[in-house]
Amino acid sequence: MIHDFGIVWSERDLLLTGLGNTTILSVLSAVAALLIGFVLTPAWMSKQRWLAGTVRGFVDGMRCVPFLLFAYIVYYGLPSLGIRLDNWTSGLVALTIYNAAYMAEILRGAWTAQPREPIEAGVAFGFSNIALFRRIVLPPLLLAAGPVIGNQMIQIIKDSAFLTIIALPELTHAASSIQSRHYVPFAAFITAVFLYWGLCLVIEAGVSSIDRLAAARR
Amino acid sequence: MADRVLDVAGVSKRFGALEVLSDISFQVEKGETVCVLGPSGSGKSTLLRCINWLERPDAGQIYLNGAQIGVNGAGLVMSDRELSRIRTRIGMVFQHFALWPHLTVLQNLMEAPVQVQKRPKAEVRDEALALLAKVGLSDKRDAFPAKLSGGQKQRVGIARALAMRPDLLLFDEPTSALDPELVGEVLVVMRELAHEGMTMVVVTHEMGFARDAATRILFLDRGRVLETAMPERFFSSPETERARQFIQRYAGHAANGGR
Repeated sequence: MIHDFGIVWSERDLLLTGLGNTTILSVLSAVAALLIGFVLTPAWMSKQRWLAGTVRGFVDGMRCVPFLLFAYIVYYGLPSLGIRLDNWTSGLVALTIYNAAYMAEILRGAWTAQPREPIEAGVAFGFSNIALFRRIVLPPLLLAAGPVIGNQMIQIIKDSAFLTIIALPELTHAASSIQSRHYVPFAAFITAVFLYWGLCLVIEAGVSSIDRLAAARR
Repeated sequence: MADRVLDVAGVSKRFGALEVLSDISFQVEKGETVCVLGPSGSGKSTLLRCINWLERPDAGQIYLNGAQIGVNGAGLVMSDRELSRIRTRIGMVFQHFALWPHLTVLQNLMEAPVQVQKRPKAEVRDEALALLAKVGLSDKRDAFPAKLSGGQKQRVGIARALAMRPDLLLFDEPTSALDPELVGEVLVVMRELAHEGMTMVVVTHEMGFARDAATRILFLDRGRVLETAMPERFFSSPETERARQFIQRYAGHAANGGR
């Protein structure tokens, strides 16, 4: 058994590259999903019924599709519509769009729970448009939604493991290659599990620091 | 006329079928404290919110220091940017305080002067600290609003409005959300401002404050100005039956241990 872990250690470069790729994939798609969420949420809450209905349909639909199936559609399905994306682009697009639906849902919940008066005070004190959003609306919203967004980031990291099926060289893919090359499945996969766990601990540290900021303001 | 801060001319506002304000006109001279009184639902808060165009009036004009609010020189409805510029000259104090929860007390005071008025931070900070001392909250400068009592929150609300160096201060029922024992500390600050000659329009149910701090009373009922009078005159010999009933009801309320 120790010997097996020795083999995994000898392949550490491959694992670290996988870990790096998983991190890049997760961070990029989480940021992009959050940004798209910030566009979807106001549209969802708009008075234009067709617009609100379209966004609600997208969010509800996306939440009922298994991520693996969605990744299949993006990578294998879209080429029959003439859209051909490489595995990195497919992976990023699938993770981003899938999670944008969740982010929109999270932001809408936090947004509707915000009291209106401080925002109105912002308007009365001369804030408008972007400055109003950035200085008055956004900070309390992020403080309120921070822990749930962190949770979703953990979900994104775990979902990214599915992208091994489109040969994206992320952490699960790296572990899988090591085990098939040396036949050390337990050592390879357990190592990957601990690396995922470490990544989640980093996210949780971030979440609890946001929580501390929020608690001081409650 | 040169000292006229606010001129409200024929303002009307309806929400659907309900006419909330109908043809309201009044003026406020520099240094005046005008108290707007009237039963609930008489349109007092809507009137206040029309002054800085938080609500857009359906008809009529509003002038701040002779410049029209909401409509620009070309006769068009102002852009958000133009409106914002005018709003920075009107301070507002809200019934439920409306402090910004993510900022400390001191940051609440500095936010708009620095971010909107673009005044130098050091100068704004000195002025904000002086304002906090004035409302008796120097020791709370680094506290977040959630940690303050209602009376303290409202004093921060007043200091925040003053930090804008406004030409006019609007109060929307500033003590209505407070526990009775906290009302006094807010009224003390408001009296002091009135005494110093700040120009204020105050929507309130505090008859004591209206009686001894107001320079004029505006009595509203069902969206109309029924009376405009000096406070002693209004409280001792109101002209309309509606005002008489209103005063009596509040006098009875006070006698029963209310405020």
